Amino acid sequence: MSFRAGQRRRNQRFLNALAWFVLVLIALPAFWIVLTAFRPNVEINSWPPVWVPQEITLDAFATMFGLNPDERMRVPVESYMRNSLLAAGISTVVAVSIGTLAGYAFARFRFRFQTAAFLGIMLSRAIPGVALSLPLFILFNQMRLVNNIFGLAAVYIAMNIPFSTWLMDGFFRQIPQDLSEAAYIDGCGYWSAFWRVELPLALPGFATAAIFAFLAAWNEFQIVSVLARSAAARTFPPGLFDFTEQFTFDWRGMAAMSAIMMVPAIIFVILVQRNLVSGMTFGATKG
Amino acid sequence: MTLQAQVQSGSSAEPEQRFTDGRISARWFPVFMLLPAILFILVILLFPLVYSLYVSFTPYELLKPNSLKFELARALRNYQRLFADAIFWKSVGNTIVFLFLSINLSYVIALGLSQLLARVTRGQGLMRTLLMVPMMFAPILVGFQFRWFFNANVGLVNNLLFSLGLMQERGQIAWLVDEPLGMFSIIVASIWMNLPVLTIILLAGTLSLPVETFEAADVDGASSWQQFRFITFPLLAPFSYIALTILSLDISRAFDIVRIMTDGGPAHRTELIWTYVTRLAIENTKFGLGSAMSWVTVVLAVAFTLYFFRQLVRSRVVR
Repeated sequence: MSFRAGQRRRNQRFLNALAWFVLVLIALPAFWIVLTAFRPNVEINSWPPVWVPQEITLDAFATMFGLNPDERMRVPVESYMRNSLLAAGISTVVAVSIGTLAGYAFARFRFRFQTAAFLGIMLSRAIPGVALSLPLFILFNQMRLVNNIFGLAAVYIAMNIPFSTWLMDGFFRQIPQDLSEAAYIDGCGYWSAFWRVELPLALPGFATAAIFAFLAAWNEFQIVSVLARSAAARTFPPGLFDFTEQFTFDWRGMAAMSAIMMVPAIIFVILVQRNLVSGMTFGATKG
Repeated sequence: MTLQAQVQSGSSAEPEQRFTDGRISARWFPVFMLLPAILFILVILLFPLVYSLYVSFTPYELLKPNSLKFELARALRNYQRLFADAIFWKSVGNTIVFLFLSINLSYVIALGLSQLLARVTRGQGLMRTLLMVPMMFAPILVGFQFRWFFNANVGLVNNLLFSLGLMQERGQIAWLVDEPLGMFSIIVASIWMNLPVLTIILLAGTLSLPVETFEAADVDGASSWQQFRFITFPLLAPFSYIALTILSLDISRAFDIVRIMTDGGPAHRTELIWTYVTRLAIENTKFGLGSAMSWVTVVLAVAFTLYFFRQLVRSRVVR
């Protein structure tokens, strides 16, 4: 018996070690990118490769924000950041609010063609940005909305509504129905039952949906790369290409900008960790 | 729209009717709640999509504004030209290979990883945080990262091979240039990007399975493989399909990766349908032809999503 117990403990230790190995392998590339942003260019491009950093420097960030007098070429980071924050911020607030209304309708009411409407909204989420960007460019060109950050935000609103609806539908279903029924009996109308009773309970879900929407807009590339023709209208993702020229690549500059781009995602992933799984898997077991 | 009429005629017997406070009725309330969402989607997503179908029947080129004109006799010209284009078929073939390998490998690795994580006894919280690290990367950043890692001269992969003594010269393996290696590099990048969401959902599913079933199987002497094959895997079906549905909504994210890693090149070796749309429409300013091509990507995306969603619904019924 004691032999089998020892065997089992050894197996468990092996499993734990294997899991650590795989996960460190998955996470390591990201740490390497961040580390690179703080290394001098000589070390990054050296041959044979230098693995252990000999020197840590903020040079890449100084160059990016124009604090390095000897660098002529400069990437307009402030403008990218302003555009990214505007487009992502506006679209998040509007899309998640609209998605909350729609999600509540799906979760609490039964109406004809409900499944069809739900499927239609979800399918509109599947339209590739590449396919959408062409007609939007033609139409926006006629309406003088190309290079306009609010035009871009409007597109992001529409793109973020389906997933917000889906998440909020799941979160509202987790709230027991008795609460709204009690509210109806106490004289609440549908709107006040939603607004005063159910919405406050669904606020954690609202926050989760907001985080997803913000990141989707923050990271979007296919639409903005077509709709923003001028540098002043660009957001971070297309701005990343400023560091590439035909044959030269400023790897460190790109790593530094990547590190900046990752800041909201890092904050959000830490915040959302717990709500994430329940939000996404709820639909798996209840229809 | 039509939804209003449907709701109106269909919900007269709804029990919620009892609680109406006179201001707004049960049949109109969901319509009112859905209206903004449907309006936004109709105006900003569906109308442009239909418009692009129209453009795809015209010879429109951006630099010739007068070419945006529909002529019945020449309506199918773009599609004829596309289907006769060898590069188009090459991009379709590349896309099939890419999606088949990327989705299947992502799923198998995520399934294995979720089973491993479910059995880990120590540090599961920290492991989950590590698992989420790729989620912090925009697809475009995933592409940039792997472009750099697979770079022949300064890339992490070649540096590592050199330091381990597996490679003699600098820049010996051109990962992003050579024929099967370019596709391989892109698939590796996409798997890395897909893993967190797939694994997290499958792990949540595994942890939600009833413990008694496994205890009973243990008593009956089922091996761990048998338990996985005949209990865990079938019971995970709804979670698998939810994960794959989420994945299929985003299959065109591959564009971001490829655009920065290889931009479809060299010589269209890694050209996918999404990068080819951009090449036709944006670089060559042939919006008519590009729109025709973009409809191929729409049909593909919708078909994938519908397929996995139907599987999801079916697996839920069985359960």
